[in-house]
Amino acid sequence: MTGQPFDYFWLGKLSIDSLPFVEFIRDPNSNTAVGAFAKAAAIGGAMGLMVLLTVFGKWRVFWHEWLTSLDAKKIGIMYIVLAMVMLLRAVIEAGFMRAQQMLAVEQPGPLAPEHFGELFSTHGTIMIFFMAMPFLIGIINVVMPLQIGARDVKFPLLNAISLALTAAGAVLIMISLVIGKFSTGGWSGYPPFTELAFNPGAGVDYWIWAVTLSSIGNTLTGINFAVTIYKLRAPGMTWFRMPLFSWTALCTSIIMIFAMMPLTVATLMLALDRYAGFHFFTNALGGNMMNYTNLFWLFGHPEVYIVILPAFGVFSEVFSTFSGKRLYGYHSLVFATMAIAVLSFCVWLHHFFTMGETADLNAAFGIATMLIGVPTGVKVYDWLLTMVRGRVRLTTAMLFSIMFMVTFVIGGLTGVILANPPVDFAVHNSLFLVAHFHNMLIPGTLFGMFAAYYVWFPKMFGFRLSEKWGRISFWCWSFGFYLAFMPLYALGLMGAMRRSAQWFDPQYLPWLVVAFCGALLILAGLASQVVQLWVSIRDRDTTRVPGGDPWDGRSLEWSMSAPPPEYNFAVIPQVHDRDAFTWMKKNGTSYTAPEHYEDIKMPKNSIVAPVICALTAALGFALTWHIWWLTIASFIAVWATVIARSFCQNTEETIPASQVREEHERWLRSVKALKPAPREHETTSANQGLAEVVV
Amino acid sequence: MNKIRKYSRHPGLNMGSTDPETHEAAETLLFGFWVFLMSDLVLFALLFADYAAQSQHGVAGGPTPGDILDLKNPFIETMLLLVSSFTFGLAALAMKYRQDRTRLVFWLVVTFALGAGFVGLEVYDFTDMISKGHGPQTSGFLSAFFLLVGTHGIHVSSGLIWLLVLLVQVFVFGLNRNVKTRLMRLAIFWHMLDVVWIGIFTFVYLFGVA
Repeated sequence: MTGQPFDYFWLGKLSIDSLPFVEFIRDPNSNTAVGAFAKAAAIGGAMGLMVLLTVFGKWRVFWHEWLTSLDAKKIGIMYIVLAMVMLLRAVIEAGFMRAQQMLAVEQPGPLAPEHFGELFSTHGTIMIFFMAMPFLIGIINVVMPLQIGARDVKFPLLNAISLALTAAGAVLIMISLVIGKFSTGGWSGYPPFTELAFNPGAGVDYWIWAVTLSSIGNTLTGINFAVTIYKLRAPGMTWFRMPLFSWTALCTSIIMIFAMMPLTVATLMLALDRYAGFHFFTNALGGNMMNYTNLFWLFGHPEVYIVILPAFGVFSEVFSTFSGKRLYGYHSLVFATMAIAVLSFCVWLHHFFTMGETADLNAAFGIATMLIGVPTGVKVYDWLLTMVRGRVRLTTAMLFSIMFMVTFVIGGLTGVILANPPVDFAVHNSLFLVAHFHNMLIPGTLFGMFAAYYVWFPKMFGFRLSEKWGRISFWCWSFGFYLAFMPLYALGLMGAMRRSAQWFDPQYLPWLVVAFCGALLILAGLASQVVQLWVSIRDRDTTRVPGGDPWDGRSLEWSMSAPPPEYNFAVIPQVHDRDAFTWMKKNGTSYTAPEHYEDIKMPKNSIVAPVICALTAALGFALTWHIWWLTIASFIAVWATVIARSFCQNTEETIPASQVREEHERWLRSVKALKPAPREHETTSANQGLAEVVV
Repeated sequence: MNKIRKYSRHPGLNMGSTDPETHEAAETLLFGFWVFLMSDLVLFALLFADYAAQSQHGVAGGPTPGDILDLKNPFIETMLLLVSSFTFGLAALAMKYRQDRTRLVFWLVVTFALGAGFVGLEVYDFTDMISKGHGPQTSGFLSAFFLLVGTHGIHVSSGLIWLLVLLVQVFVFGLNRNVKTRLMRLAIFWHMLDVVWIGIFTFVYLFGVA
């Protein structure tokens, strides 16, 4: 309650101190300088984007082709762009954290402890909710409808609204960088530390609303994807003809439907504690933080599999495609995926072995945790056997996949160690744990998403990414990963606790220096990906793949032009085989004109999603700063938008059959003019997206 | 046989014999809505679990469920909600068999009135409890109580707003396919809230006073 009542009514808890750069001007030192740098980067990035859009006159295109689009492919690309922007921020934050820990051995280091707390909280929150989730949801949006032979997801507007909610959450996190401070409670936000009594500032509220918005968006996404896969598969695409990536998309969606809700409930209950004086997780009057811990990990553990399963799907596609071989052990991979999805709900307690359960209970959950290693092991063997006697091509995507397999097995091993409660008692909350989950998430989820980005980029944009810079980024990321995280295992065993802003043991120093070098190498990897994107766009005329099939693909998404038409398929294909497109190529039915075309109904663009994005971001901001008039106004406006939309009857447009015919036949003619590329020229300009068919 | 399977795929879908086209179009929509309801039920499951824990361990020297809960108003609320589900069923039948809107609108209005009665009585109960010093800030038990029962109440209230919007749409658009499938979805939403309320009445109120 700062300032006069008048200010409080209009501005809530906002004050001069929450403005950017004020802290730096008042007290310039290394700590506030880093903060000022971050604020400048965030503001500069946003301004730069606006200047670019204005200079190139792209506002109109940006609005009509992107923001208001209901096309799942474009929504997917927007998700991926969001993920990459957030990845950039979170990796830079990681660099600062490594620097701080290296420089803070027996001295304070450049950053204040509070600032360090903000860094690990935003880093974790962003990496999970605004990097991993949007990345995988984006890839699924682009690929899954194409793979199952659908024109779009079942609920296109809902899809756009999911993106809007996730983006609003991301906007809140970015605003927290500029105005005020973020939570210091870590990505898991444990009370009672995050309760009002210990954390009266706006930071925790930023965290609560950013996470709540994104979790609601993700629930809706899960529903949308699951229904799409259940109901919109092309004729002939039985369950066991569905590509493995779509299977993992389905399992992930099912987990999302069940697992996002505990998070939403937990954050809303924490909000009720903080805003309305309830006693769910407080220390007094019957509150109990264990309720939060249970709810959070009831979400948190399935979340691990939400982010890893789609990566498993990507790797399955990559191993099969780049070995030129049918996926080995398809059925066992499907069952393993399902088994992991089910087991993911049976192990949440291993996140708090040390918090008071009986030994018997710990043992049960420890055993359940180790069981997950079994289906995961099955997968690793299947991937290995897919490569056996295949004609393996070591493209960037394949390199990432192989590196994943080796590194992930190491991470799995340390996971089994941690699953043993007595061991966990010794190493929990240490850097050993930090090393373990980075060991799973970076080679697992992140490398999977990178592989997906390389493989499907040509499908999204019609040209390939630079192979050379892809390889450079691969080596940087791989070595960077090992250098940055293997020392943390050792440090953890030496007793270094996670989230420490300062050390008192000089023996840590050499390990921390190595880890910092690894972080620099990872930054170099990220930078080379930026360069790669730049170089690839510059040289796009030499890497175009108008044929749409640059990798001799096996599933339906490779059967149309790149980028695909808005309606995906001129005519919904009939599926005959698990490798649907390979079957078509071998039987000569690919690139053939159907006998007749039909009118296609597609959803019209809608302004609902960007409006909801703006309104929910305003709602989150208003709640964070206790600006009640804006809270009420934006909440009502969100629902008014939804209701107004329900009065809009004319939401579809028809693409006439003649236009579909013309576009499709023009593409078929252009494919006829292409020269089929043999696989050894896959990464040269000879690859125009038409694969040589080897019968 | 084939026909039966086709026409009874998802509960809540009953237009097969009178409006097959809407029936077809609604099939995936309704399936999607069932999936949504499932995630909504996860929400209630979690709130029930939290209530189970906090009504026992979160009393903190304050009132226990047995001290402050009684069955009179909750029983009336139960009756109101159950009857409103029945009248929504009558509305669904009217939508299916009747060409004129009058009977449909009549039953929807009755449903609205019963639902509003439910919410009104619940709000009365809540304010009564708060005025007696048994508000949600009193203890972990009461926090959990207000969250569980209140979340159900918010659901019913949003159902009422939805019903109002659809009543307007019945007049603006007539009984077109969109309006029909929306009414079907609201119907299963309404019935689900009934089921959840039975859970609350049993678990919170009956167990509470026992």
